[in-house]
Amino acid sequence: MARIELDLAHAYKPNPRRDEDYALLPLKMTFENGGAYALLGPSGCGKTTLLNIVSGLVRPSQGKVLFDGVDVTARTPQQRNIAQVFQFPVIYDTMTVAENLAFPLRNRGVPADRIASRVGRVAEMLELSGQLDRRAAGLAADAKQKISLGRGLVREDVSAVLFDEPLTVIDPHLKWQLRRKLKQIHHELKLTLIYVTHDQVEALTFAEQVVVMTRGRAVQIGSASDLFERPQHTFVGHFIGSPGMNFLRATVVDREIEVAGRRVAAAGAALFAVDACTLGVRPEYVTLADVGAAGAVPAVVTQAQDIGTYWLVTGRVGAVNGDDGALVRARLAPNQAIPKAGDAVWFGIVGPHTCYYRDEQRIEGAVA
Amino acid sequence: MKPVNQKAWLLVLPVVLCVAFSAILPLMTVVNYSVQDIISPERRVFVGTEWFKAVMRDDDLQGALLRQISFSLAVLAVEIPLGIALALSMPAKGWQASAVLVLVAISLLIPWNVVGTIWQIYGRTDIGLLGAALAKLGFDYSYTGNATHAWLTVLVMDVWHWTPLVALLCYAGLRAIPDAYYQAASIDGASKLAVFRYIQLPKLRGVLMIAVLLRFMDSFMIYTEPFVLTGGGPGNATTFLSQYLTQKAVGQFDLGPAAAFSLIYFLIILLLCFILYNWMQRVGTQDKESGHG
Repeated sequence: MARIELDLAHAYKPNPRRDEDYALLPLKMTFENGGAYALLGPSGCGKTTLLNIVSGLVRPSQGKVLFDGVDVTARTPQQRNIAQVFQFPVIYDTMTVAENLAFPLRNRGVPADRIASRVGRVAEMLELSGQLDRRAAGLAADAKQKISLGRGLVREDVSAVLFDEPLTVIDPHLKWQLRRKLKQIHHELKLTLIYVTHDQVEALTFAEQVVVMTRGRAVQIGSASDLFERPQHTFVGHFIGSPGMNFLRATVVDREIEVAGRRVAAAGAALFAVDACTLGVRPEYVTLADVGAAGAVPAVVTQAQDIGTYWLVTGRVGAVNGDDGALVRARLAPNQAIPKAGDAVWFGIVGPHTCYYRDEQRIEGAVA
Repeated sequence: MKPVNQKAWLLVLPVVLCVAFSAILPLMTVVNYSVQDIISPERRVFVGTEWFKAVMRDDDLQGALLRQISFSLAVLAVEIPLGIALALSMPAKGWQASAVLVLVAISLLIPWNVVGTIWQIYGRTDIGLLGAALAKLGFDYSYTGNATHAWLTVLVMDVWHWTPLVALLCYAGLRAIPDAYYQAASIDGASKLAVFRYIQLPKLRGVLMIAVLLRFMDSFMIYTEPFVLTGGGPGNATTFLSQYLTQKAVGQFDLGPAAAFSLIYFLIILLLCFILYNWMQRVGTQDKESGHG
């Protein structure tokens, strides 16, 4: 097990000049020993590249990778003692399930009795015990992926176990089971786990710390509640949550924050010198307010949907001649009067959970 | 009642006619010859299975058959491993890959009789590069005089001509293995040998079966190269089955025995095809079957 420090950048092209040439922009990151991490981001954001750099399959074009303070940049995955599970199941066709699970241990010359006990343990954890003597090639995709997971977990002395969207091929109901299983395994074995996914639910339920990535950049590292309550970057607000955060253009006039012509809050010191910012509020924290209430703006409801446990009400805020304004979504509990499409309402958008952004970055101390 | 549409017969008819004229009628002619003693175009005698019995007892034929089987097995034993090794050492991408592919494929483009002629000259001790070089090194090499040398020369010639086919098939098979397998093997700490044994070889199974089938059947019917190189000699050393057949039919004009033997030859090849095809089918579906148990 190891503490993994990264200080690097990576470009697949030689001589990168612009930001777009980089698969990973310069970043510094630390994965603590025994932690469960998720790398979360849309396709092509660089998360798999980052994972392959940690495992040693890809060598970063700049910077270095440290394991427990030792520079391992030039070392192979084998020398780094990394286990990695890939998106699509990789199994050795000619071997049985047990031989597949034993393969990483056999290659390292582990004694036979030790191999047998480890394989038995891992097979039990993944509920593969009944299939140990079957040929792996004939199994279904999810069983094959369990074998891949098992090969990742069978060694106890690994520096870290890396997962690259390992549940893509698994049925939804099994996904839940396996995710719980992985969490349980993490508690039992205390391994450092890094998990790549584009599914926020998967990331937030699996990991203690989630790294949100977009366009080659890690924009925020934090717990599920950090990412939800205090998105440091507008992308995080937009990407995490269902639906994502509402963003409204705001101006700063006389040390007051104005949205759609309404003064909604007193500006803090951080906004004294600027004349505009973006206000962000999650649909969960948008309320129905009285007419003219403090921190509320008028809106015209365009859509009201019943989503089962809550209502999703969409309203247009700040629509004046020639300006469409912006759409604000509110998640409302069904135990109140729900407005219909066409109704004029007031949305309360300012509260303790409201965030302010400038150049996509969150501003601390934006309100007085 | 099931509707019956007799129009289908009409649609199949052209194929039936084509096959009849190109395969069935010639074959029946051969069958016709095989049961008659043709003394002259006007005089013929029905002899029943006599030619078949005679041919089966023929020492020359048994010798040719034995030579043929050992030759085909030798071809497989050399070309398959060599082809795999060649494919493994070929570059996977870049201009080098294209260049090597073209170079490797060259021998496949050369017609059989030209291959024979090339090697006939190549092996000559007076002007041939190989023959002269061997002679300079002190070997008493002569494909026209020494039976072993002639047999080996035909084998080497076939290896030179056809190993590239095996290599290209394997190369295509290797390129079809997803990168993730190599990455996983590297993570699992597999040695190069283990990667070959547990990833590459199993994944090559399909193309290897095709390669074995092609090379076995093809070498089993070899004719032109030994004909051009040695004419089947010295003695009978390179007289394989089709050579023997030609000598009988065209050289000695023994139409009856030749026809009887070509039917046997045909049946041998049909039987081998049948066995190999079934074996390929069985191995191919084994995985799927075991998945249901």
